[in-house]
Amino acid sequence: MTKLSRTVSFSRRRSRTFPVTIAALIVAAFALIPLGFVLWASLTTGWSIAGPMIFRPRVAELLVNTLLLVLLTVPICVGLAAALAWLTERTDLPFARLWSWLAVAPLAVPAFVHSYAWVSLWPGIHGLGAGVLVSVLAYFPFIYLPVAATLRRLDPALEDQAASLGLNLPQTLRRVVLPQLRLALCGGALLVSLHLLAEYGLFAMIRFDTFTTAIFEQFQSTYNGAAAQMLALVLVLSCLGLLGLEAMLRGNSRYARVGAGAPRSAVRHRLGRPAALWLILPLATAVLSLGVPCLTLGRWLLAGGAEIWRLDQIGHALWQTLLLCLIGGVTTVLAALPMAWLSVRAPSPRHRLIEASYYLAAAMPGVVVALALVTVTVRVALPFYQTTATITLAYVILFLPRALIALRASLAQAPVELDQAAASLGQSPFTTFRRVTLRLAAPGAAAGMALTALGIMNELTATQMLAPLGTRTLTMAFWSLTGEIDYAAAAPYALLMVLFSLPMTVLLHRQSRRSAGQ
Amino acid sequence: MNFLTVTDLGKTYGRTAALAGINMVVRQGSRTTILGPSGSGKTTLLRLIAGFAAPDTGSITLDGKVLANARSFVPAHLRGIGVVMQDGALFPHLTIAENIGFGLKAAPDRQARVQEMLDLVGLDPVMLTRKPDQLSGGQQQRVALARALAMKPRLLLLDEPFSALDTGLRTATRNAVAAALDAAGVTAILVTHDQGEALSFSDQVVLLEQGRLMQSGTPQDLYFRPKTARVAHFLGEAIILPATIANGQARCSLGLISVEADGFAGQADILLRPEQIRLMEADSTDASNAVVEATNFAGAATTITIGLLTSGDVGQILTLPANGADLKVGSRVSVAPTGAAHRFEGFST
Repeated sequence: MTKLSRTVSFSRRRSRTFPVTIAALIVAAFALIPLGFVLWASLTTGWSIAGPMIFRPRVAELLVNTLLLVLLTVPICVGLAAALAWLTERTDLPFARLWSWLAVAPLAVPAFVHSYAWVSLWPGIHGLGAGVLVSVLAYFPFIYLPVAATLRRLDPALEDQAASLGLNLPQTLRRVVLPQLRLALCGGALLVSLHLLAEYGLFAMIRFDTFTTAIFEQFQSTYNGAAAQMLALVLVLSCLGLLGLEAMLRGNSRYARVGAGAPRSAVRHRLGRPAALWLILPLATAVLSLGVPCLTLGRWLLAGGAEIWRLDQIGHALWQTLLLCLIGGVTTVLAALPMAWLSVRAPSPRHRLIEASYYLAAAMPGVVVALALVTVTVRVALPFYQTTATITLAYVILFLPRALIALRASLAQAPVELDQAAASLGQSPFTTFRRVTLRLAAPGAAAGMALTALGIMNELTATQMLAPLGTRTLTMAFWSLTGEIDYAAAAPYALLMVLFSLPMTVLLHRQSRRSAGQ
Repeated sequence: MNFLTVTDLGKTYGRTAALAGINMVVRQGSRTTILGPSGSGKTTLLRLIAGFAAPDTGSITLDGKVLANARSFVPAHLRGIGVVMQDGALFPHLTIAENIGFGLKAAPDRQARVQEMLDLVGLDPVMLTRKPDQLSGGQQQRVALARALAMKPRLLLLDEPFSALDTGLRTATRNAVAAALDAAGVTAILVTHDQGEALSFSDQVVLLEQGRLMQSGTPQDLYFRPKTARVAHFLGEAIILPATIANGQARCSLGLISVEADGFAGQADILLRPEQIRLMEADSTDASNAVVEATNFAGAATTITIGLLTSGDVGQILTLPANGADLKVGSRVSVAPTGAAHRFEGFST
């Protein structure tokens, strides 16, 4: 009797998750196409051809460039972001709330618009120094956000405890606060590094060569040579190296708060001295990261006058962009749904492995994803070459984690007990999913869709390589106009991208506050 | 000698006074408990002594040296005062050994000191390499104590260190802490809202309510000789009866009891603790002066509620420990006080 009932419940559970697992696996298979392609290409090319292509001065030069870029930019970003986070969260800096918003706001300006602002302000700017400057200004908020959130959440009792054990403030910062920021710093630094490896527009505009710009150029000249594929291999290996390095540095320790009860809210340290001295850092950062784009954009808009508002062209580009955003957003959320459901309702090591493959796929630079999809469609699925379906797949691969995280958070709001209640009221599993789970997950789905759509709106590299003929999105129009040095005509497109990105910035700032319980 | 002296201490948060006019003295080598309900300001007082916050008025002096007054303030890391927080506040990124040795200079004897402290608080050496989240709540508290004692603090502050533990563990941890404090010979101040803990742990109890000091003294003082009925009730079950006092004797509804009168004669309220009242089965109806109203079985802590009979009617209701007596509801009993009652000054209650 017991044996029978156990068999029934076992097979029923299996039948419930099995189709969902299959769906998640299919998405994973598609997501891993770029990585698989690069590995396959390097295996089939053969050592005699691949060897000389990898070990040549050009690759060494690109490797040194990329390495220097990462080694200079990431530490500066870490230092700047940590200092700003400390000042805005844990000191009595005047207008701390305002500076905290201004430290996140640079995210609303796409990286290549930052670069456009600097180039038009200072036409001679180029090379490594320029690359580091613009990258720091465009990407430091990626570290500021998690560090500020962690600082807000830290238990102040630990700092009191350190003081009672004879440590002064600098010692407490080094021995107690900093180690607890490790997860936030590692995660933020990884995100910045991956962006540095993947970004095309920012570096192309200031004429600084990285792997991504080189692959892009190879692609434009030879379409799909072995040379581009070998560069992609080195780039992918660099990304994998970074992921491994971060996992190693992060360790597997949990820095959860030990003990029960709610922590007291943190004490703000008195800055003392003339507070104006401390204002220099956030002020200078805001001027460089927001003032410069605002100034140049404003200047071009004024100089261009009414002439640059070619409403037919801008309207057309906006319409095509919004359409791609909608298709990409909906598809990405649908693709993320099976995995999100599994990770909330049936967490297991096997399912975590599938989830990890999504993150791995999204860590691939856009240029590699596009290169892979071009080759695959040309070779085995020609009807899909340069179609909306292919570019949508690229967006799904690139932005799957955004949708996944948003969906998972809101699926967690729909506990399994509600499903059971619905079942006891005679609803079938599918009806329950539709009427209860999906209903409760709707806000998360909307947030995931918005985050994905905004990512698509500012995506340049893959869009240019994969867009169907005749497509001209905001980023593509902006890029071709700046290519013709028509900076004034490009300004309205940049303005539109900034305006559409503002809501995302507000959303990110809010989320980081909420995760800290405020 | 007076080791810690707190004079007219006050602290205000916004518009609410968290503490006002606090005076207290702690002797070297003694154990003091700051007792009070939540929101009474006891943790604020502790934080002022530790140096985590600065007082608005008054002064704190330790061993003849001013720690805080209107002009000066010694920051926490220079005070040499150890603190054990409510939940231990162990550093989650460090092992137990690193936690205990956290404040020690990198001296060759550091390892030995860590080992010594671990022994003192009675923990197994295998714990040394573990992380805080692998320890139980009681073990975490012992590590926090070892970490504070390793610094050889002049004064140790304990902020409700047992309140997060469950009942059985609480007593065991409290005894272990008391033993470790005795062995280390450290002056200690404990903050708690648990009056049993306060009475059993300390030489001196300081009772706070709404930021004001209600009474301070030995545990016996506060328990048997409270100044007000509020203090009496806060420290345990209190039986407060109106009485007529003359010649060191009080006449009340329980009969005649001796009282500390100090030459007083007239009407006053007196205090008896339930364990001062003897409950006996009445041999005959005439000898009884009370009737059993209810019994509440709770093992050793079983209580009996009785109604005192005054000229045949049920008057005042008392709840007393049963002390093994097995009585039915409605049966007649006789009650008689033992020892001496305490007289409240003036017409209180």
